[in-house]
Amino acid sequence: MQIDFIAILPEIILTVTALLVLAADLALRGDAKQFVNPLAALGTVGAIVATVTLWGSERVTFGTMYVVDDFAVLFKLLFLGTLLAILGISWRYVAENRFFQGEYYFLLLTSFIGMLLMPSSRDLIMLFIALETVSVPAFVMVGMRKRDLYSSESALKFFLLGVLSAALMLFGMSMVYGFTGTTDLVGIAAAISGETASVPLLLGSVMLVLVGFGFKISAVPFHFWAPDTYSGAPIPVAAMLAVASKAAGFAGLAVVAFIAFEPVADVWGPILGVLAVLTMSVGNLIALQQRDLIRLLAYSSVAQAGYILIPFGLARTGPEAAVVNAAAIEAVVFYLIAYAVMNVGAFGVAIAVERRTGLRSIADYAGLSARSPLLAMGMTVFLLSLGGAPLTVGLWAKFAIIEAIAVDITLFGIVLAAFLVVNSVIAFFYYLKVVRTVWMDEAPAGLPKLQPGFNLSAVVVVLMVGTLVLGVLPGLVTDFSSVISIVAAG
Amino acid sequence: MDPNTAGWALVVALFLPLVGAGALTLMPSSMDREIRRAGVAITAVGFALVVAITASFDYSRAGELQFTTDVPWITAIDARFSLGMDGISLPLFFLTSLLTLLCAIYTTKHLPSPGKPKAFLSLMLLLQTGMAGTFVAFDLILFFIFFELTLVPMFFMIGMWGGPRRDYASVKFFLYTLFGSVFMLVAFLAIYFQAGANTWSIMELSTMAPFGSTTFQTWAFLGVFLGFAIKVPVWPFHTWLPDAHTEAPTVGSVLLAGVLLKMGTYGFIRIALPILPDGAARFAPMIGVLAVIGIVYGALCCLAQTDVKRLIAFSSVGHMGFVMLGIAAMNEAGIQAALFGNIAHGIITGMLFFLAGSMHERYHTREIAVIGGGMLKKMPVYGVLFTYVAIASLGLPGLAGFWGEFAAMWAAISPGLGLADSYGGLYLGLVVFAAIGTVLTAGYFLWLIQRVNLGEPPERWADEPLADVQAIEWVSWLPLLALILALGIFPRLVFGVQDAAVTNLVGFLGG
Repeated sequence: MQIDFIAILPEIILTVTALLVLAADLALRGDAKQFVNPLAALGTVGAIVATVTLWGSERVTFGTMYVVDDFAVLFKLLFLGTLLAILGISWRYVAENRFFQGEYYFLLLTSFIGMLLMPSSRDLIMLFIALETVSVPAFVMVGMRKRDLYSSESALKFFLLGVLSAALMLFGMSMVYGFTGTTDLVGIAAAISGETASVPLLLGSVMLVLVGFGFKISAVPFHFWAPDTYSGAPIPVAAMLAVASKAAGFAGLAVVAFIAFEPVADVWGPILGVLAVLTMSVGNLIALQQRDLIRLLAYSSVAQAGYILIPFGLARTGPEAAVVNAAAIEAVVFYLIAYAVMNVGAFGVAIAVERRTGLRSIADYAGLSARSPLLAMGMTVFLLSLGGAPLTVGLWAKFAIIEAIAVDITLFGIVLAAFLVVNSVIAFFYYLKVVRTVWMDEAPAGLPKLQPGFNLSAVVVVLMVGTLVLGVLPGLVTDFSSVISIVAAG
Repeated sequence: MDPNTAGWALVVALFLPLVGAGALTLMPSSMDREIRRAGVAITAVGFALVVAITASFDYSRAGELQFTTDVPWITAIDARFSLGMDGISLPLFFLTSLLTLLCAIYTTKHLPSPGKPKAFLSLMLLLQTGMAGTFVAFDLILFFIFFELTLVPMFFMIGMWGGPRRDYASVKFFLYTLFGSVFMLVAFLAIYFQAGANTWSIMELSTMAPFGSTTFQTWAFLGVFLGFAIKVPVWPFHTWLPDAHTEAPTVGSVLLAGVLLKMGTYGFIRIALPILPDGAARFAPMIGVLAVIGIVYGALCCLAQTDVKRLIAFSSVGHMGFVMLGIAAMNEAGIQAALFGNIAHGIITGMLFFLAGSMHERYHTREIAVIGGGMLKKMPVYGVLFTYVAIASLGLPGLAGFWGEFAAMWAAISPGLGLADSYGGLYLGLVVFAAIGTVLTAGYFLWLIQRVNLGEPPERWADEPLADVQAIEWVSWLPLLALILALGIFPRLVFGVQDAAVTNLVGFLGG
C-alpha cells in the first residue's frame, strides 16, 4: 500500500516533536527543563506550515481511511493554533507548579496528534483510534497535580466516564459493522441507504456511536464529568479539554454523522436538536449559580456545546438536504474557530490571575481593572464575545448558526432559534456579572498588581486582537470556511 | 465637498470618534485635564466635519442618498459596507455629533465619581460611533452592528458612573435591549432569505417590497418590532428606561434620551415600514393603541414621581408615544411628525437631563419635596432655564416640542394605507386620548415647575450658597436652548430637509 507522506506530514512532525520533548526532558536538568516548551512550540509551528501547504488539495491515503481535504485542513489549523496558544499559557504555570514538564508536554502533543487524525478519518476504526489518542493522554494530564486530592478525583471521574463512553461507542460501532459489513464511512452510508425498511437496532447502534461523541463534547445529559474535571485539572489542561478536545469531538461527530449516517439524518437530526436545547439551557441555568470562575467557564462551555449542536439538529435527508447540511457544517466549523479564540483567551486570563494569587472565585476578580488593565480588557472582550456582543467574533458565530437555520425555515428550526436567542440573553447575565466585578467592584486591599509573563500576555493580546478583528472582518475566516464541504464527498 | 463623490467625509466623520477613543486610551491617566480637553478637541473636529457635510449636502436632492460608500465587506454572506445619507439621516446624524460635543464640554467640569475621564470619554466616543453609524448604515447587517455597538459602552457608563442602583439598572438595560435585538436579527435573516436577492441593502429591499406572504410579513415584522419597540421604548416594553435614566450619569442620560431612543424610531421608519409594508399595515392599529397607552400612562406616572430625573425619564415614554403615533398613522404627515418629534425630543429632553444633572450637583438630591421650591429665587437664571425647557417639553406652540405632537395627532386623524376605511373610528379615538395626554403632560410639567421653582426656598437651602448657571454650563447648553426656539419658530429647518426623503419612503409603502 502506497502511503502519501505529504498528507500526514503535520502528524509526523508533531510525533517527532513529542519524542524530542521527551528526550530533551531527560537531558535537561533543573530550571532548564522549562525549555522543552519552546521546543514544542517550534514543532507546532512546523506542523502549521506543513498543514497550510495542504490547503486546496485533496489527498487520500491508507486506502480510503484517511482523507486530507479543506475541511480537515481547517480543523487541523484550528487544533494547531489552539496548541500554540495553550503552550503559551502553559509555560510559566507548568514551570512554577513543579509538574513533570517533559511528560506534560509529551502528553499534550500526543493528545493533539489524535485531534489531527480526527477530521481526516473516514473509517470507524480510524475514528476510534483518533478519539482514544485524544482521550488517554488527557486522563493523565488531568491528574497531574498528583498531591492534590481534588485533581486526582477529577482525573478518576474523567477516566471512568471516558472509558464508559468509549465502550458504548465501540459497542455501537461493532453493531454498525455487523449490519453494514464495512467500517468505511462512505460504505456505511451506501449500505444504510440500501435498506428499504428502517431497522430499529441499526438506529439504536447509530445512537450509541453518537452518544460516545456526546460525552466528548459534554452534551447534556453526558456532561456531568466536565465541570468537576475542569476545576480539578490544571487550568491549561482545562482549556485544552474545553476547547481543543471538544472541537475534536465535534469534528468526529460531523464526519460520522454527515458522511456515514447521513441517510438516517431524519432520525438523529431531531434527537441532536433536542440535545442541543437541553445542553444550552441546562448549561446556562447552572452557570448562573457558579461562584468559581473555572466552573462558570465550564458550564458556559457546556452551553456553548449546545449552540454548536444546533446545526446538527437541522440535518436532514432528501433532495434539498445537501444545501442545508452544507450550511450546517459551515456554521459548526465557524463557531468552533470563534469559540477556540475566545475561550482559550478566557482561560488564559484565569491562569494569569490564579498563578499569582491562587484565587479563582469570581469575587477575587474584583478590581482586576486596577491590578492589570490588560487582563481586565482581555477578560471583558472574551466574555462579551462568548456572549455574542457586536464587534467580537462571537456575534458572527451566533449569526452563522441562525443563518444555517434560515436557509430553509422549518418549525423545528424556529424553535431552535428561539432557544438560542433566549439562552444568549441568559448567558449574558453571568458573563456581565464577571465583567461588572472586574471593572466596577473595588479590589480587595493587599492584592498585588498582576504582571503576567511575556508569553501569556502575548497569547492574551493576540487572541484579543483576533476576537476583535474577526468581529469586524469575519470574512477572514468565512472566506475559507464557506468553501469546505464534506457532504459532497459523502 | 461634492456630496456625490465625497463618501470619505462621512466615513471619516463616523470613525473619527472611534480613532479618538483609541488615542485617548494611550494617554497616561495622570493627565486628567489634558484628557478632558482632548475629548472636546476630538468631538469638536468631528462636529466641524459634520457641519461641513451638512453645509455641502445637496438639499435639492434630499430624497436621494449622498456621501455614499459601498464596498464589499463580508463576501460569504453578501454583506456590504454601505454608508449614505439622505434627508432623514442628516438631522439625526447632526444631532448625534452636536450632543456628544456638548457632553464632552460638560465633562470638562462635571464627572461623577469615580472620575476616570479617560475611560469615560473613550466609552462616550465609542458610543458616538455606534449611534451615528446607525443613522447612516444602509446595509441591514452593518446597521445591526452599529445598533448593537451602543449597548456595551452604555452598559459601562451606567454601571461605573451611575447612581446607587447602577448594578441593577445597567444589567437590566443591557439584557432587555439585547433580548429585543436578537429577535430583530432573526427577522433580518428571514427577510434576507425570503427576498432571495442576496442583498442586505436597505434601499434595494425597500424597492423590492412587498415580498413574501402576509404570514411571513407578519412574523418578520413582529421580530423587527420587538427589537425597535424595546429601544424606543413603546409601552409595555419601557420598564428598563426609568431605571437606566435615573441611574445613568448626566451625560449618559442625555445621550440615552437624545440619541439612543431615536435609533428605535428611526429603525421603524427606515427598515420596518418600507421593507415590510404589509406587516406594518397589519400592526399599525396595534402600534397606535400602544403609543397612546404610552402617552397617557407616561403622563400618569409622571404625576406620581417624586424624583425629578425619574419624572423626566417617564416623560420620555409619553413623548416617544407621540412619535409612535405618528408612525402608526402610516402617511407622509405622520412620518414627518415622528421624525420631527424625534429631533425635538432629543434636544429638549437632552437639555432637561442636563438641567436635572446640574440640579443634583447643587442640591445633592433630586427629590422634589426636599428641594421644596424657590429655585427662581435661589438661582434665578437656572430657574428661568428650567421653566423654559419644561414648557418646551409640554408642547407650547412656538417652541420645538409643539410641532411633533401636533402634527402626529393631525396625521393620525386620516391614516394612510387604507387604514382610514377599516380603522377610522379607532384612530379618531386614539387622537382624542392623545389630546387628553397632552393636557396631562402640561399638568405634570406645570406642577413640577410650581413645586421646584416657585415659592420661597425652604429653610434648609435658605442660607446655602447655590451657584447659578456656570460658564461651562452656558457653553454646553446654549446651542440646545437656541435650537429649541429656532425649531419652534422655523420647523421647516427639519421638515424641509426631510420632505423629499419622506415622500420617497412613503412611496415604498405603496400609500
